[in-house]
Amino acid sequence: MSFSKVSRRGVMKTGAATGVALAAPTLFTSAVWADGHTGFTNAPGEGSVTLGFNVPQTGAYADEGADELRAYELAVQHLNGEGDGGMLNTFSERNLDGTGILGRRVEFVTGDTQTNSDAARASARSMIERDGAIMITGGSSSGVAVAVQGLCQDAGVIFMAGLTHANDTTGKDRRANGFRHFFNTEMTGRALAPILEGLYGNERKAYHLTADYNWGWSQERSIRAYTEGLGWETVNNVLTPVGAGDFSSYLTPVANSGADVLVLNHYGGDMVNSLTQAVQFGLRDLQANGLNFEIVVPLFSRLMAQGAGSAIANIHGSTNWHWSLSDEGSQAFTRSFGTAYGFPPSQAAHTCYVQTLLYADAVQRAGSFNPCAVVEALEGFEFDGLGNGPTLYRAEDHQCFKDVLVVRGKENPDNEYDLLEIVEVTPRDAVTYAVDHPDFVEGQLGTCNPGA
Amino acid sequence: MESIILQLLNGLDKGSAYALIALGLTLIFGTLGVVNFAHGALFMMGAFIAVTLNMVFGISFEVEDPTRTDFLGNVMMVDTPYVVHWFGEGVGNFLIDWSVPMAVVIAIPIMALIGVVMERGLIRFFYKRPHADQILVTFGLAIVLQEIIKAFYGANPIPTPAPEAFVGSFDVGQLLGFDPFAIMYPYWRLVYFFFAALIIGLVFAFLQFTTFGMVVRAGMADRETVGLLGIDIDRRFVLMFALAAVVAGLAGVMYAPILSPNYHIGMDFLVLSFVVVVVGGMGSLPGAVAAGFLLGILQSFASMSWIIELIPGINQVVIYLVAIVILLTRPRGLMGRKGVMEE
Repeated sequence: MSFSKVSRRGVMKTGAATGVALAAPTLFTSAVWADGHTGFTNAPGEGSVTLGFNVPQTGAYADEGADELRAYELAVQHLNGEGDGGMLNTFSERNLDGTGILGRRVEFVTGDTQTNSDAARASARSMIERDGAIMITGGSSSGVAVAVQGLCQDAGVIFMAGLTHANDTTGKDRRANGFRHFFNTEMTGRALAPILEGLYGNERKAYHLTADYNWGWSQERSIRAYTEGLGWETVNNVLTPVGAGDFSSYLTPVANSGADVLVLNHYGGDMVNSLTQAVQFGLRDLQANGLNFEIVVPLFSRLMAQGAGSAIANIHGSTNWHWSLSDEGSQAFTRSFGTAYGFPPSQAAHTCYVQTLLYADAVQRAGSFNPCAVVEALEGFEFDGLGNGPTLYRAEDHQCFKDVLVVRGKENPDNEYDLLEIVEVTPRDAVTYAVDHPDFVEGQLGTCNPGA
Repeated sequence: MESIILQLLNGLDKGSAYALIALGLTLIFGTLGVVNFAHGALFMMGAFIAVTLNMVFGISFEVEDPTRTDFLGNVMMVDTPYVVHWFGEGVGNFLIDWSVPMAVVIAIPIMALIGVVMERGLIRFFYKRPHADQILVTFGLAIVLQEIIKAFYGANPIPTPAPEAFVGSFDVGQLLGFDPFAIMYPYWRLVYFFFAALIIGLVFAFLQFTTFGMVVRAGMADRETVGLLGIDIDRRFVLMFALAAVVAGLAGVMYAPILSPNYHIGMDFLVLSFVVVVVGGMGSLPGAVAAGFLLGILQSFASMSWIIELIPGINQVVIYLVAIVILLTRPRGLMGRKGVMEE
């Protein structure tokens, strides 16, 4: 065995080349979208229809992704007449009867978005090209949603967005083939601001830590606009990389910044880490400007609350849906999901389940899988029975308008799932904004693309 | 002033993790001449030893609690850990609460064994192969180890709390004469810093004051001559690989309460530690430690809001900028010596 000599330059060159090679996104050269004889991309045969579930199975949002996948599998079971039917029994429309979609058995393929736009596009493309998926749904990040929505528009398939909260998804980046059931940062601002005013008053100084991508920017913009509207001052906004893990160096300057509120525009694993670390650094025990130091998490979820443990106590935020809602639809879904998996569903699971049912119902009503027929069926569609009360899929931007929840982390939870309590159900009218709202006005839906 | 002291503390705490990983990486560089891209995976495995022990102590059986209902309205099933059932509340809860410090003890033999198996089972076959092969095989090994961990533990971070006694923050400011609550720093992060300093001190003492260490240092300087003296340097180098694995593993165990471990945690640190080693000077142990702390502190200061305002994005690139500057001005790194790791 001889001493192996390594040159620094050689090591660095080889290391860099290896890294680039391993990190490079998968490139697809095939651009054949569809069978031209059927009129639209991936027209299903007589026996079955394939849906593509594109969810983060790894990365900072993997928790949400795993729950999304569970919800999709449940939706497929219910559409195929298996299980207890879940929300099929409470949906205001009665077009889905457990015989699949338009008589075709529902099958599905899955992809891993890796919480990464390139990986998400590659997996969506693969599901469309290789597996013949007629509709793509899922995702837990707005960066991914916008990227995949654009791809689906070009490919001529419908995109039913999963968890995506940035305004851009149905704002400047909206597309005719894309639809979002989840709420957005504008709605969060509208729902949360009055509660923050009641709790913390009008003279606060806020310090924002913001995830450095389109959702974080959107969230910060909305909360800043609405809190400054209350009279709050924004002391600082620091952008943090997604998946930073250790946020300590971003948190240490907060205590001496003059701020008395920390707004964490983080989600998923990032929020779990930043909130836990903020509490570890003693921010909640601080007194600043003669006030108790407070932390706000604008977008909250039960999964994140579980990860953050006791750090969530008395922290306020907004959420799209919560399993403890007492309406018939929410209870039916919670029962189905809880029976199947042994724990309650998250908001990510709920929105994905609902999106699948909404797509299936739209196809059923349209009598066709043609994306343009589906778009027509969903635009301006009013429905109820899927949680959140009466809901509208607005035709102009393909955004759902419904009630938004403001929640608080429980101080003494009864069990590991009973972590959030609903403080307020903000009615749909209060969170509805004009089509020409400045943050959304730039976008154009364009025309639907059936592909082929 | 308060914010500068806070950033300094933060830098020392970040730097101690970088220094521990870079120390192990340099030990392997210096002795075996192998660029070990699987070193981050050793850190990750250490963190998962803490996770595993916490899980093992937490293994529970379910008991019905007729007074409560679950989210579906059924009778609540309450988990009771076996250790609590067997040893009583006091001892059982103590075991669960102190699982991370206890994991330090069991991590030492486990990581040493992993190190020996890794070196004897795979890496030794690549000593005479080109550097690209070494990098690819260790990188591949890291991915395999990651995927094994992912298959067993899932992709999500697993919270692994520090003992209750170390939850919360210590008022460092009051010690230094500042107002109360001006400089608060989490207990466990302070513990991590002192732990890292202790480990680094022990490794240096071992290399400096023992005969074994002396032979290893001689081997690092001139392997051939030491071999001609009839010393089986290879056997000692295997033990150094095991030692490097133990250092990385311990760094991982103690880091688990700071950052909930997931399968990717090692890869996140590897790239940074690689930069630390290059900046410190390849093969230089003091260089690795100094560069670890230096880069940790720089990264921490670069995250201060007024610096980010001045140079947006600096917090994310500062380490690499420093690496470029140091390599341009001191091509062998801060403490690299001529002839070490050079053709």
